[in-house]
Amino acid sequence: MYDVQHNSRGLVSHGVSACAGCGMELIMRNVLEVLGEDTIILIPPGCSALFSGFGNETALKIPGFQGNLENTAACAAGVRAALNAKGNKHTTVLAFAGDGGTVDIGIQSLSGVLERRDKVLYICYDNEAYMNTGIQASSSTPYFAGTTTTPSGKKTGRKDLMQIAIAHDIPYAATASINNLNDLKKKVQKAKDTDGPSLLHIHTPCPTGWRYEPAKTIEIARAAVQTGCWILYEYEAGKVTINYRQKELKPIEEYIGFQGRFGNLSKEQKKEIQDYVTKQYNKYIIKLEAMN
Amino acid sequence: MTVMQKQQEKHTPKPQKFRVYGPVATVYGSSNTGSWRILCPKVDYEACIKCGTCARSCPANIIDIIKEQSECVVIDFDYCKGCGICANECPVKCISMVVERG
Amino acid sequence: MTYKMMDGNLAAVEAMKMAKVQVVSAYPITPQSNIAEKLSDLVASGELKAEYIRVESEHSALSVATTAQLAGVRAATATASNGLALMHEVLGMTSGNRVPIVMPVVNRGVAAPWTLWCEHGDAMAERDMGWMQFYCENVQEVFDLILMAYKAAEDKDVLTPAMVCLDGFFLSHSMQKIVVPKQELVDNFIGGYKSQNTYLDTEDPMFICDLTGSEEYTEMKYQQKVAMDNAIGVIEQVQREFEERFGRKYSIVEGYRTEDADVVLVALGSMCGTGKHVVNKLREKGKKVGLAKVTVFRPFPAEKIREILSGTRCIGVFDRSAGIGGQGGPVWSEVCAAMKDISCDIRNYTGGLGGRDVSPDNIEKIFDELLEISQGKRKNHTAWIDLKENAMDIRQVIKNV
Ligand SMILES: Cc1ncc(C[n+]2csc(CCOP(=O)(O)OP(=O)(O)O)c2C)c(N)n1
Ligand code: SF4
Ligand code: SF4
Ligand code: SF4
Ligand SMILES: [Mg+2]
Repeated sequence: MYDVQHNSRGLVSHGVSACAGCGMELIMRNVLEVLGEDTIILIPPGCSALFSGFGNETALKIPGFQGNLENTAACAAGVRAALNAKGNKHTTVLAFAGDGGTVDIGIQSLSGVLERRDKVLYICYDNEAYMNTGIQASSSTPYFAGTTTTPSGKKTGRKDLMQIAIAHDIPYAATASINNLNDLKKKVQKAKDTDGPSLLHIHTPCPTGWRYEPAKTIEIARAAVQTGCWILYEYEAGKVTINYRQKELKPIEEYIGFQGRFGNLSKEQKKEIQDYVTKQYNKYIIKLEAMN
Repeated sequence: MTVMQKQQEKHTPKPQKFRVYGPVATVYGSSNTGSWRILCPKVDYEACIKCGTCARSCPANIIDIIKEQSECVVIDFDYCKGCGICANECPVKCISMVVERG
Repeated sequence: MTYKMMDGNLAAVEAMKMAKVQVVSAYPITPQSNIAEKLSDLVASGELKAEYIRVESEHSALSVATTAQLAGVRAATATASNGLALMHEVLGMTSGNRVPIVMPVVNRGVAAPWTLWCEHGDAMAERDMGWMQFYCENVQEVFDLILMAYKAAEDKDVLTPAMVCLDGFFLSHSMQKIVVPKQELVDNFIGGYKSQNTYLDTEDPMFICDLTGSEEYTEMKYQQKVAMDNAIGVIEQVQREFEERFGRKYSIVEGYRTEDADVVLVALGSMCGTGKHVVNKLREKGKKVGLAKVTVFRPFPAEKIREILSGTRCIGVFDRSAGIGGQGGPVWSEVCAAMKDISCDIRNYTGGLGGRDVSPDNIEKIFDELLEISQGKRKNHTAWIDLKENAMDIRQVIKNV
């Protein structure tokens, strides 16, 4: 039982050592607001480990375990299996992992959980790089973004986690953004109520890694959606719903213009990104529509 | 009543201490993140329309909107990191970020 | 009590079943595979009331088992060879978080070269990961040591996971007649599982395995060391209790005709059966030889080793793992350290790798060498026993230069 030294509203301590303006912090609070205290959380190393705590102090009021970087999904499956064995059907098992811990090193154990249909709610907060180890590129780092391992910009696009999850034909998968917290919370609730594995892929602006002013975290999330860099959609019982559609995409500059990680691009390169994003977006929407 | 409280009432009227082995955290603590602040949110209460956007946008969840009060936006400065998201998201731009004194 | 014919793998399954594991997660690898299969059969038939998680790797197998046990049930997994190597990272999680899982390890060499067959290199590579290690001589021991491992691992002064190592094929696939006790006796011996240390429970929350600073890390490792130290006494107590209840006697190190022996060979696992046979044969010829069977390798029973070996001038230690780069194999190193204040000559033997049988002839050769050394008739010994003379030339390729 926790010895509460500084109480908080909600299940997350107010003084968490995530950077000022961290998108992930906003996500964690909103997620746990929906899930409530009958939740067990599994966290890998990465920025989300800031919630695990340090020494005898933790920043979460629910029970949790910090496993390895690549086994968050498997750790969640283990907890679920034990709960099932004990006849506990009510507790939510939440895996809360970064993009690196999900699409790179953790993709195998995630795939295992999705394929076996373990009742686990898996959230990937995607800050588009390995932030906790010093902003190295992950396979979720977007085209042209500069990181400490892609100093001249990433030469490839990003891995599509949602389509990988959907390929497992799980009951519920959705993307979300902190630009629309109501939509995010609605999706968390749906995921919680899903009988089987559910996956949320949440776009997570990170002022430290993306190099922008912390105040712009939500603005950037909004711009990502409006420029077509982040598409909000759900896959529910085999059906795709596109949650938000921009009549006309805003110019990419409104998204990447603020961000230091795209700061060194030439005019030509910026045009190349614009063309790339427009093409990808249109292709993607057609693909999503064709899935129904 | 929370599950935790219910449990407390049921089984542990007086919580006991147990020695455990291995890395475990049982103190629900808070860092003094207010000390990080360089810029400080300052609300123009007159202009505020009490919409609550700032409260919903704050990553630290430390803003209260108290409509009946003249100083209707209350921020817990023990934890405010001064990120400025509240100011940036306010629809009427009634929060300004000012340099922290002292 | 009934007699049953079973191989080592099935004996392991039988023991885990009787311990009433409630979550099973296993990934197939030769020669462990039929443990994974048989457990799934038992779950499917309802004979074992457990959740079977068909994991996609050994890394996940142990991850599932570890968090399942943290969530309050006895969890089972088993592996071998490269599977154990893949678990390496998670082994530290299990032991560091003091989760008392019992895991059969069906010993097989780790590639390269690929081998399917027995040696102890897989388990020896994990000897410092904070798990207890038991080594079995025969199928009955597989069954018995797993039961004892549960009791020792879950002891409040130990709370440390255990590997029960059985030699690939030599035990895993060898049919032997064993005694299987009544379920009730097993229940009385190990009892049901109760999380006593840390656990995942929404009604009594705690956060397990957060970052630990240098001001506490050393102490946590020390706690693990103390638990291992405690384990020696606890295992001996468990063995005594086991003998009272089940009538079979165990020891952390078994001295076989060692009391008056001129030379003793220290060994682990199934080769001890052969070793005892050779000892008897040589004793008939008047040669005073003995065998020390190390049943518990982690924690290393140094005191017991000294008790058995002091008085023996010449000792051979057989490592069924290559220990490349060391001065000798890991068992030899431990025995040397245990005997450092006692004057004796300890020789390292390496062999039985990648499935090569440790034949009676080879053991006899070792004893003869040790006897000659002890009588001053010989200086050197054959450290790599049963090695082909043309070891450096066994393969040739044709190249287009
Ligand atoms: C097996 C292993 N390899 C590497 C690491 C080092 N490591 C810790 S966190 C991390 C990056 C995680 O990135 P991500 O999952 O995207 O989380 P973020 O830090 O961005 O929030 C890495 C590489 C590790 N802990 N374990
Ligand atoms: S590096 Fe980024 S994701 Fe990590 S705590 Fe800071 S802002 Fe949040
Ligand atoms: S967002 Fe602005 S207007 Fe709305 S409550 Fe906050 S300060 Fe007032
Ligand atoms: S500056 Fe940031 S932390 Fe402070 S109240 Fe505003 S949003 Fe919250
Ligand atoms: Mg990341």
